[in-house]
Amino acid sequence: MLELANISYHIGDKPLLKDISLKIQPGEVVAIVGANGAGKTTMMKILCGALKPQTGSASLDGKNVSQIDPDRLARRRAVLPQHSTLSFAFSSLEVVMMGRTPHRTTASEDLEIAFQAMEAAGVDHLASQSYITLSGGEQQRVHLARVLAQIWSPSEEGDRYLFLDEPTASLDLSHQHHVLRIARQVAKGGVGVLAVLHDLNLASQHADRIVVMRKGRLTAEGTPDEVMTPDIINDAFDINVMVTRHPAAACPLVVALPEEAMIDHDSIPIASASSTSQLRSPISIKIPVTPEEEAVIKEITES
Amino acid sequence: MASSIASLSSYLRSKSSVREDQQDRVAEVTAVKRKNVLKIGGLFWILLLVVMFASGAGAVQIPAIQVVSILLSKLGLPPIAEYTTQHELVLIGIRLPRVVLGVIAGMGLSISGALMQGLFRNPLADPALIGVSSGASLGASIMIVVGSLLPGFIASSIGIFSIALSAFTVGLLVTLIVYRIATHGAQTSVATMLLAGIALNALCGAGTGALVLFADDTQLRDLTFWSLGSLGSATWHTLAIVTPFTLIALFFSPRLARSLNAMLLGEAEARHLGVDTERIKKFVIFLSALAVGSVTAVTGLIGFVGLVVPHLIRLTLGPDHRILLPGSALLGAILMVGADLLARILIQPSEIPIGILTAFGGAPFFLWLLLRGYSRANLQG
Repeated sequence: MLELANISYHIGDKPLLKDISLKIQPGEVVAIVGANGAGKTTMMKILCGALKPQTGSASLDGKNVSQIDPDRLARRRAVLPQHSTLSFAFSSLEVVMMGRTPHRTTASEDLEIAFQAMEAAGVDHLASQSYITLSGGEQQRVHLARVLAQIWSPSEEGDRYLFLDEPTASLDLSHQHHVLRIARQVAKGGVGVLAVLHDLNLASQHADRIVVMRKGRLTAEGTPDEVMTPDIINDAFDINVMVTRHPAAACPLVVALPEEAMIDHDSIPIASASSTSQLRSPISIKIPVTPEEEAVIKEITES
Repeated sequence: MASSIASLSSYLRSKSSVREDQQDRVAEVTAVKRKNVLKIGGLFWILLLVVMFASGAGAVQIPAIQVVSILLSKLGLPPIAEYTTQHELVLIGIRLPRVVLGVIAGMGLSISGALMQGLFRNPLADPALIGVSSGASLGASIMIVVGSLLPGFIASSIGIFSIALSAFTVGLLVTLIVYRIATHGAQTSVATMLLAGIALNALCGAGTGALVLFADDTQLRDLTFWSLGSLGSATWHTLAIVTPFTLIALFFSPRLARSLNAMLLGEAEARHLGVDTERIKKFVIFLSALAVGSVTAVTGLIGFVGLVVPHLIRLTLGPDHRILLPGSALLGAILMVGADLLARILIQPSEIPIGILTAFGGAPFFLWLLLRGYSRANLQG
């Protein structure tokens, strides 16, 4: 288990994190959401052992993260950065193979794992292409393959963890969901996944738990249904939202309201929202219909 | 927990079943790797040939077969052809130390260049960035200009090595200062090191310039020639000074290769991959300073080799440090011995300073690389 206990961190007088406690179990997908500067990345760095908190501790299976041998830690925990700068013409495969750095496996084993990881990330067709000629989204997925290769097989040293710092930042819609579906697959294999996400709907659709941060504090934590409420989101992001149900998935759906529509979330039912003059329908939903249903609908609308 | 690999691969299989295809690709990649290793072997043989040829060429021509024979008999083996004592004296006393110094200098400068470019994550980095070259230059200038003022007994006890010794010491000292400035607590900032290096390079340059003011005509000539580089000072004694330091760099740097690859992703990413980045940085600086400091102390400033050679290897064999480091060392040696050969024979009986040749050859070539790189990048869009 990965645990943050009463973490506080400040640079000079500026507090970045205040009294944060969080646990991540193997097998679950935890999303961290929060406004820019809320401390998400700082918290991630502390979890990685890259920063040492002034008070509190980050521990892995009860052992302080900063005291674990970096090589050993790297075999159990992979980190996908927000963006990486690599200006040397490695092939994509070579970049993915870097994920095997902490392992003492044979080159052919490493290669096999690298190819599998590339396939999982949907970049196997780019294997021999030079990394620097790839698009931003492709590069990001190559790095995803790299971190997957890093923790591909179970470690005898303990459970594995995967940290994703805004993994979907440069990805198109289908790849955003693809990445989080991979995260789910990885979690099913017993890996604890922690992802910093900006898109609340991605978080609510794919995470088991959502952690909300605001100004260095953890303001809410729970299942998507518990956390994705207008009040919590308004408090964290200073924005008026409406929370409905996702039409196809069993999770809440968050929709931002136009700035001028100052409405009380609780008193306005969704149906009447469109009747307030300034509030346009914020989203159009296409529900797949069967031919029989279509006939029925036609009948109703015509009569 | 053990189900992870199963679940991930079942996920894969549902997508597409390409296991056999994958084995083909593994074989393909392994073949490419093997080819690169063969190319490194090829470079080694080319180096041997160049060394043989360069040892024979010069004012006194020694045919290759005699060169081999003399070397064989020195190793206590039966020679394969007759040779004269004159040939033996020229080869062993003059040519060979010079060619070997070329090999060592080329290897030391090139491998340091490759290490520096890895450390700074910038293909334009040069060993000079950490101040070792300009420091060595300052050290040499000090000894050339004010060395004659030293009490006679000191001057004679360190004798002809006084310039090299002073250059080496000051070179390492400047690097140490750059390193100390960039290091806070346990962390070294590569960006600060770059800036501190620039500042100290300027300072050393000013110091060298100031010494020129006090120099007489002979000293000025010495200063100028030192700054253009030459392998002319090669003797078995100077080799004994340079070789150990460069060998240390050659021996230890391949061990940093995999970590340096990871560091190209960024320091934080390398740490996430389990690389002890602080230790790697320390090693890289230490090894490069030793190699470049000792080589420069004996040869003077030889530019462009450390910058261009790793580029050539990257273009042909790729940026993987496991290939790049040995490849750069070998190609650097080949080019250095070749350049020195030209330096010796082009305007016989006089000599061209080798720094002029490496810059004349290296700079246009580098420009060509840049232009070619642009048109290529444009093609790829």
